[in-house]
Amino acid sequence: MADPMRIRAQAADGKATVRVLMSHEMETGQRKDAAGNTIPAWHIQQVSARWNGATVMNAQWGPAVAKNPYLQFAVKGAKAGDKISITWLDNRGDNRTDEAVVS
Amino acid sequence: MKRIPVAGLLVTAMACALAQQKFGADGIAEYRKMLEDGNPSDLFEARGEELWKKKRGPKNASLEQCDLGKGPGVVKGAFVELPRYFADTKKVQDLESRLLTCMETLQGFDAAEIAKTPFGVGEQVSIEGLVAYVSAESRGSRFNLPQAHADEQKMYELGKRAFFYRAGPYDFSCASCHGEAGKRIRMQELPKLTSDPGDGVGFAAWPAYRLSSGEMWGMQRRLNDCYRQQRFPFPGYGSDVTIALGVYMGVNAKGAQSIAPAIKR
Amino acid sequence: MRHPRLRRALFGLFAVLTACATPVTPSPDYDALMAEMMRASFREQGIAKMDRLMQDASNAECSKSEGGPLSDARSEAIQTANYKSVKMPADGKFIGDWREGERLAQNGRGMTWTDPSTATTANGGGCYNCHELSKAEISFGNIGPSLFNYGKLHGVANPEAPESLPIVDYTWRKIYNSKAFNACSGMPRFGHAGLLSEAQLKHLMALLLDPNSPVNK
Repeated sequence: MADPMRIRAQAADGKATVRVLMSHEMETGQRKDAAGNTIPAWHIQQVSARWNGATVMNAQWGPAVAKNPYLQFAVKGAKAGDKISITWLDNRGDNRTDEAVVS
Repeated sequence: MKRIPVAGLLVTAMACALAQQKFGADGIAEYRKMLEDGNPSDLFEARGEELWKKKRGPKNASLEQCDLGKGPGVVKGAFVELPRYFADTKKVQDLESRLLTCMETLQGFDAAEIAKTPFGVGEQVSIEGLVAYVSAESRGSRFNLPQAHADEQKMYELGKRAFFYRAGPYDFSCASCHGEAGKRIRMQELPKLTSDPGDGVGFAAWPAYRLSSGEMWGMQRRLNDCYRQQRFPFPGYGSDVTIALGVYMGVNAKGAQSIAPAIKR
Repeated sequence: MRHPRLRRALFGLFAVLTACATPVTPSPDYDALMAEMMRASFREQGIAKMDRLMQDASNAECSKSEGGPLSDARSEAIQTANYKSVKMPADGKFIGDWREGERLAQNGRGMTWTDPSTATTANGGGCYNCHELSKAEISFGNIGPSLFNYGKLHGVANPEAPESLPIVDYTWRKIYNSKAFNACSGMPRFGHAGLLSEAQLKHLMALLLDPNSPVNK
C-alpha cells in the first residue's frame, strides 16, 4: 500500500483550493537501468476527486507527470467542513484513496 | 506598407531577445518560486514522524526518548542548534550522527553499519524521513548553534580550515564555489557561506527534496556530493570533517531562518 | 614601607610567582588537528585516492590565506615554479578544431569517484561552468571572467601567424597551468594535473582563438 496522500483544502471567496501531494514513483517506462534493461512503466493513469461524495474532477495522467506528483485545483461552492476525497489508479491496478476536510 | 512588417519583425526580434533573457536568471527564479508549493518533502516529513514514534530495531523501542540537544524527546527547535556538543558521547554531533547514536542506544541498530550503507538504501532511507521530520519541527526558527563548549569552538576553527582546504586534481576547496557573493556555476546560484547568506539559503535550506532526481538529501549527502564534485576522496558518513563544516556553516548562519526541509531543482 | 626598592622587588617576585601558579590553557595545535581530521575523515573511492588530499605549495599556502592574497615574494615563487611546469606542444602547433573545443567546454565530467578511469579521453574542460564563451550558450557561470570574443579582443586575426605568438603562447600556458600567472587562481591546471591531453588543449585553443569559432563571432 503506497504512502498516504497529503491533502490540504482551504475555502475562500466561494471556492475551496485543494492541494494534493501524491507519493508515487511515476516511472515512465523509457528509462534503462545500469544493465541496459528497460525499467517498466509504473505510473498513475487516473485521478478523480469527489466533493461530499459527488465526482467533480476526472483526470487521465501519463508518463509526462513527475515523480511524487503535485495537483492543485479549485472546487466552486465548497465550504469549510465539506469532504474532499481523492483517488488515484495506476497502470499496475494499484489504487489509493485519501480524504480531507475543507478548512 | 513596407514599414509595418519591418517594425513587426523588430518587435518580434526584441520580444525573442527579451524572452531569451527571461529564460536566463529571471525565468529560473520564477520556476523555482512555482516549485515551492507542493513540496514532496511533506511526504518524507510524514514518514519521519511515523519512524520517530514507531517501535523498531532489536530493542523494539521508538526514538521518542532521543536527546537531540534540548532534552530527551524534545524535537521542536533542536534542528537550529545542531551541530552541538553532547555530554553522553563527549562529541560534537550533527543531526544525522545524533540520530545514529539514538538508533543504536535506544533501538539497538548498528550505527557503524548504517554509516557504511550507501545513500538511498536500507536504514539510510529511514534517515531521510527522520531528518525531514526533525528539520520541519524547526521550520521558520533561526539558527542559534551553541559555541560555549571548547570542543564546539574547536570544531568551528577546524570547519573553517576545512572550508578553505584546496586539494585534488582541480585544486578546489569549498571556498572555490562558496567563497564569494554573487557567483554561480552555470545557472546555479552559489551562496557565500563564509558569513550569513540570508534566510532560507545555504545551510538553512538543507535537508531538501531535489526535484531533478526525486531524492530527499540530508546535509551529509549534500556534503558527500560536494566532495565528489570537488574531485576529493570519499568523506565518511558523519566523519569529523562533515561535522566541522556543519559547525562552521551553522555558526556563520546565526540568525538566519531555516526553511528545511526545502525543495530544490 | 621604608625601602621602596625592596618593596618593588618583593612585589615583582610576588607577581611572577602568581603568574606561574595560574594554569594557562594552550590554544590547540590546529595544524596537527587538521592533518589528523582530514586523514581520518576520508577514504579512497574508485579513482579518487587519498593522495588527492596532498597539497603542493600553491594549494597549501592559498588555503592558509583563506581567500586573501599571498605576499609578493611567495606569489612570485609559486608562479615561477608553475610556469616552469608548462609543457609546450611537441610539434609546435597550438590550434586544433574549435568544434571539438566547444564539446570539451560543454562537458563538465571526469575525475570524480564515480568516473571509471583517469584517462583524459572522457574528461571535459567544464569551461561553461565558470565562463561565458559563445553567445549561443546562455547557461554559463560567472566564477571566471567572460571569454566571449577572446581572440577578437586580443587582436588575433590568424592564430598561426607569427605576430599572434605572444597571445597564443600566453593562452596555452594559462590553460595548461593557470597558477603560472596567478598563484591562487581558481582555475584547475588542465595540463599540469593531467586532466586534458595535448590534443584536447589544442581544441580549446581553437575555441578561443580561431576566428571561425563562435567565441569570436
